[in-house]
Amino acid sequence: MTLKILSPGLSTSIQDLGRPGYFHLGIPIGGAMDRFALRCANMLVGNPEGAAGFEVVFMGPEIEFMQDALVAVTGADLPPKVDGDPQPIWTAFPVKKGQTLSFDFLKSGARAYIAISGGIDTPPALGSRSTYPIGALGGIEGRAIQAGDMIPVGDADAIEPGYSVPESLRRGPGTPAELRVLPGLYWHRLTEKAQQGFFADDWSVAPEADRMGYRFKGGSPLEFVDREQPFGAGADPSNIVDGCYSYGSIQVPGGLEPIVLHRDAVSGGGYFTLGAIISADMDLIGQLQPHTPVKFRQVDMDQALTARRARKDRLRQIRTHLG
Amino acid sequence: MKTRYTYGGDEHIYVEMDDEMSLDAFFKSLSMSNAVRDAGIDGVTEICPANASFQVKFDPDVISPDQMMERIRNLEHKAEDADKRLKTRIIEIPVYYQDPWTHETLMRFRERHQDPDGTDLDYAARINGYDSAEAFIEAHHAQPWFVSMVGFVAGLPFLYQLVARDKQLQVPKYLRPRTDTPKQTVGYGGCFSCIYSVRGAGGYQMFGITPMTIFDPTQQVSYLRDFMVFFKPGDIVKWKPIDRAEYDRILTEVEAGTYAPRIAEVDFDLDAFNADMTGTNAKLMEALNDA
Repeated sequence: MTLKILSPGLSTSIQDLGRPGYFHLGIPIGGAMDRFALRCANMLVGNPEGAAGFEVVFMGPEIEFMQDALVAVTGADLPPKVDGDPQPIWTAFPVKKGQTLSFDFLKSGARAYIAISGGIDTPPALGSRSTYPIGALGGIEGRAIQAGDMIPVGDADAIEPGYSVPESLRRGPGTPAELRVLPGLYWHRLTEKAQQGFFADDWSVAPEADRMGYRFKGGSPLEFVDREQPFGAGADPSNIVDGCYSYGSIQVPGGLEPIVLHRDAVSGGGYFTLGAIISADMDLIGQLQPHTPVKFRQVDMDQALTARRARKDRLRQIRTHLG
Repeated sequence: MKTRYTYGGDEHIYVEMDDEMSLDAFFKSLSMSNAVRDAGIDGVTEICPANASFQVKFDPDVISPDQMMERIRNLEHKAEDADKRLKTRIIEIPVYYQDPWTHETLMRFRERHQDPDGTDLDYAARINGYDSAEAFIEAHHAQPWFVSMVGFVAGLPFLYQLVARDKQLQVPKYLRPRTDTPKQTVGYGGCFSCIYSVRGAGGYQMFGITPMTIFDPTQQVSYLRDFMVFFKPGDIVKWKPIDRAEYDRILTEVEAGTYAPRIAEVDFDLDAFNADMTGTNAKLMEALNDA
């Protein structure tokens, strides 16, 4: 089966659940920013949860189907249409041979996930089909899709259309979006006032927000504990001897604008990090549009693990619901 | 040196051997991250050694964070007792210093630099007390370097020079990062050299360029057929200054698939190095003569 890309949207890339194991060489895990949404889309069309689909940012593509297939769109509220007829989100619907899948304007969220029965079947690179443009890995020649691309899709099991994830089990950020943070890493570099201010302040998503990292603005500059900078760290108080970065870690260059590293993170660098977004909330960041108000909330490890279990439970309930 | 253990969210443990850079901290970080790898702990998904620290990514559904922390802490004594010896390789990397491509780029981003009227090399030479860019270049390539970390982006090596601390070259990063850096630029920031493996943003000062491809996702380059990334932590590098003619010749060979980097297997002994740095370095570099 093949899909023909008529128009690519703003930035549509092929993503699965990523390529773990190469971060020590600077190659990030990558994969869907909102993994919950990708898993749900795949479940709806009968694919393995880690099958490759499209990650669509803000504006949808137009795709012509060369064969019949089942499709599901999850994540952002980006209303799908088949030959112009509106289709429900978080629900499997059929697309016939010769029909075109297109999208209406984005209503909420930032990234929609399109799963196609059979899953996208481009050649894997280092065990994953996820697109990592900096390293020219995965997807189609390591880049976002373009008009004219012919995308191979694997063979599908016969699954009925109409399965849907109930609204109560869908997940997206609220307003303001709350992102839970486990302080750690170089948290001790901040003064107590700065530590409190970071959580008390109102932040919003800055325009520089992509798969590598999300930048936030609007809070007060952070003050650092006075010290003589260690050898090799660099002169600015926000500098450290270059170390590894955690996924979700929050760096604040110059103490000014926090940056949360996401799936295509740089693997290391010379900025202090004050802690990390807990694993359960990483999906939510992928759904934040620029200018969205954000609060960072401090949690401890027990709360982080409880939230992690809650996210898994939700996926388990959806699996049960879809049988 | 005081080891510090901390969590990076619920999926990472971060271990800082020291807050300042030294070969001792690098060695301890490398041997402890190796000990974690060799321990084969269930739930570990990634081990990333860095200059003076390392990070372990794990699956908290398989092993709890506090159990993982305890397992890692218990390995610290192994790193302390470990031989400070490394079986590794020395690689000669040709560098065309003061090349036209990094020059064009550094002029394009001049307003982001500490010294808008000079070049990156003139500035680095001046603040390190050298009379000329040429004298600074000599200090940059005369003694070898350790690859102390691979990362930032795909296959980019950070290098730390094998000289006493008072001989270390130190240069700040750009005031504001550039949005462009030529592929294979030899850069400098803090006390680290690097090679930009791919074209892109960067904040390190730019000194020159190597014709040697060090990251090739297509694995067409002859010496990258086994794996797309050339460097690994623990590699030793000797920069070899080259001119435009040699740059062009090597580039043609790399593209034709006939270039073979000069590489020799060597043993590095940290105690021997600390006892006699220039003597140890001379032996390392001699090994390249037979390569």
